[in-house]
Amino acid sequence: MNLVNAILIGFKEIWAHKFRSLLTMLGIILGVSSLVAMSALVKGMEVGAKEALVAIGGLQKFRIEPQFVPVEQRHLRDQAVGLTLRDVYALGYSAPLVTNLSPEIRLERPTLSANGRNTRPWNCSGAWPIVLEMLEHEIAHGRMFNEIDDEMARSVCVIGTNIRDELFGTPEETGEEIVPIGETININGQAFTIIGMFKHYEGEQDRRRRELAAAQPQQAQTGPARSRGRGGQRGNFVFRMKNESVYIPLNTMWIKMLSGTALSPEPTLSSVELKIADMEKMNQSIQQVRNVMMSTHKGIEDFRFRTQEDWAENINQFIRNARLSGGTIAGISLLVGGIGIMNIMLASISGRIREIGIRKAVGATTGDVFIQILIESVVIAILGGLAGLVASWGLVQLISKVSPTENEPIITAVALAVAFGFSVAIGIAAGLIPAIKAARLHPIGALRYE
Amino acid sequence: MALVELRNVTKLYRLGGEEIRALNDVSLDIAAGDFISIIGPSGSGKSTLMHILGCLDSPTSGTIQLDGTMIHDASPRQLAAIRNRKIGFVFQFFNLLPKLNVLQNVELPMVYSGTGGRERRERSMAALQQVGLDNRAKHRPSQLSGGQQQRAAIARALVNNPKIIFADEPTGNLDSHTGELILELFRKLSTEGRTIILVTHDPEIAAVTPRRIEIRDGRIADKVDETLAGLNRLPKSAAPAAP
Repeated sequence: MNLVNAILIGFKEIWAHKFRSLLTMLGIILGVSSLVAMSALVKGMEVGAKEALVAIGGLQKFRIEPQFVPVEQRHLRDQAVGLTLRDVYALGYSAPLVTNLSPEIRLERPTLSANGRNTRPWNCSGAWPIVLEMLEHEIAHGRMFNEIDDEMARSVCVIGTNIRDELFGTPEETGEEIVPIGETININGQAFTIIGMFKHYEGEQDRRRRELAAAQPQQAQTGPARSRGRGGQRGNFVFRMKNESVYIPLNTMWIKMLSGTALSPEPTLSSVELKIADMEKMNQSIQQVRNVMMSTHKGIEDFRFRTQEDWAENINQFIRNARLSGGTIAGISLLVGGIGIMNIMLASISGRIREIGIRKAVGATTGDVFIQILIESVVIAILGGLAGLVASWGLVQLISKVSPTENEPIITAVALAVAFGFSVAIGIAAGLIPAIKAARLHPIGALRYE
Repeated sequence: MALVELRNVTKLYRLGGEEIRALNDVSLDIAAGDFISIIGPSGSGKSTLMHILGCLDSPTSGTIQLDGTMIHDASPRQLAAIRNRKIGFVFQFFNLLPKLNVLQNVELPMVYSGTGGRERRERSMAALQQVGLDNRAKHRPSQLSGGQQQRAAIARALVNNPKIIFADEPTGNLDSHTGELILELFRKLSTEGRTIILVTHDPEIAAVTPRRIEIRDGRIADKVDETLAGLNRLPKSAAPAAP
C-alpha cells in the first residue's frame, strides 16, 4: 500500500466522522493558535524593547550617578566631593577610551507654564550641547543651544513635542503643527525663550497607529470636552520620556535656577553620560573611568556606574521568561489536544477491529495497518494545525482588541512553522500507540470480533 | 509435488491454563485443481486447519509447504504477502468493508499488492463480471442482497488470481436457494481449474465436492462416515442411486 492511498483512506475516515473529527481537531486548533498568539505577543514586546533601546542611544553608553558613601567609608563622608564638572574635565583628559562626556543637572519637580497653561515635564535638565548626540535627540525646528549660550548662561531652552502639545495644543487638536519658537515659557517661574524643538519620537507601532487614526474621519464630539490626562497617551514610555524633555544650558541651570539653593560652591551634577568607541572594551573603559574618578574623589566611592547592558540583559531575560512560561502553557494545551487525538484513535480502532482483520486477511501487512492508523492521526493533526494557524490570526486580533498593549503583537513565520511542526509531531506521537495496537491484532481474532 | 503438503501439523491452544489440542498430527496433500470440502462438527478443528492452510495462523509444530514455499516458520510479513497473492478467502459473514463500494472492496487485495489504479479497476471489473455482479460495482454492500454480497466477496477472493480459494461456510448465512447458486458458482470455478477448499459442517454442501476430508477431534478421520456426513440422505440429483 502506498502513502497516497493511506492518506486518502485517512481523509475518508475523517470525513465519515465529521463532527467527531472536528472536536478532536479543536484541541490541536486551540493549542496551535495559543502557541502562535503567545509568541506574537512576546515578539511584539521584544520589538518594542529593542526599539526603545536604540532610542536611548544603544549599548555603547554608560552613566555615572552619585550614590551614598558605602558603609565602610561612612566616617569619610564629609570628605566626599560629589559628582562635579572637575570629574568631567579629568575624564576628558585622562580616560582615552571615553569618546564623549555629557554632564547633566536635573531640576527637581519642574513646572512649565506658558500660554495660560502649565505642565510638569518628565525631565528638565541643564546640559551641554553634546546632550543632543548622547541621547539621540534630533532638532526638528529652530536650533540647539550652543557653547556660547552656555558660557553666557542665557535663558534659552529646547523642548520636546509633548511639552508643546501640553502648552500650545497638539496638531490633532489645532489642525496645524504649532512651532512655538521664540515664545516665552516659565520654568519654575523663570522666563525662558524657546529656541528649538525636537522631532516627535515614536515607535514603529505608534507611528502606524497615529497615521491610521489620522486617516479615519474625526468622531463627532458629544458632551463637553475633557482631558484624557496622561493615561490617555499611548506609546512606549521611552519615547514619551524623550518627548517630555526640556533642556537648558548647564550654566544657566546652575546660575539662574540653583545658585541660591545649592550647598556646594560648584555645580553638583545629577549624572554624567559617557560614550565609548568600542563596545568590546566596555569593561576596560569602566575600569579606566573608575581609576580616574577614584583619584578625583580621594578614594571615596560616592558614585556608581550604570550600563545599558544591564538593561538589555534584563530585557532579554524578561523575553526569555515570557516565552518559556507562555510556551509551556501553550505546549500543555497542545499536549491535551494530542491526548484527545490518541483517545479518539483508540476508540476508532476498537470500532474497526473487524475491518482491520479483513484488511489483514486480504494481505495487509503489520506495517500497512500501522501506517494507515498513524497517517489518520497525523492527518487530523495536520488539518487541526492548519486550522489553528488560521485561528491564531483571529486570536491575535481578538487579544489586541480586548487588551490593547503598548506593543502590537507580531506573528512571525518562525512561530507559525514551529507551531505547525509541533502539531505534526503531536499527531505522530498520539498515533503511535493506537497504530501499534491495531497492527498487532491477530488476523483471526480480529475477523471473529463481534 | 502437490500444491499443499501438510506433514505432522499440530496446533496447541492454551485456554485458561488448559491445553487444547486443536490439530493433532495432521498430514494432508492437496493437488492443484482439487475441489475439496473439509467437514466436521464444530470444535473439531476444521477452522484451525483452514486458518493454518490459509496462512492466517502458524502451527505449533509440523511443516507446511504451499506452492513451493515453506510457510510453517514464515514471518508475519511473508505470510501477509502469501495471503495477498496466493490465497483468496470467502467468509460466512461476507466480510466486505461497509464504507467502500463493491468495486473498491474487490480492489482491496490489489491495493496491498501495489497494483496500479487502472489495472486495478480493469481486473476488478473482470472479476465482478465472472460472478455476474458487474452491474452493481458502485453499490455499497448494504445495498446488496446476501447472495450478491457473497458473490462480491468471491470476486474479491478471485481478483489477485490466487492458487487456492478458501471458503468458510460460504452458504451458512444464505437461504438454501441462494446457497445453491453460490455452490454452483464454486463448481463452475472448479471446472475452470481453480483449487477450492470448502469448510463446512453441512454434509449436503460437502456432497458437492468430489473429495471430502473429515476432521474429528483434531485428526483426519480415516474414512468419511457416510451416515454422519449424511451422504445417504443426499438428493438424487447430487448422488444418483439405484431406486
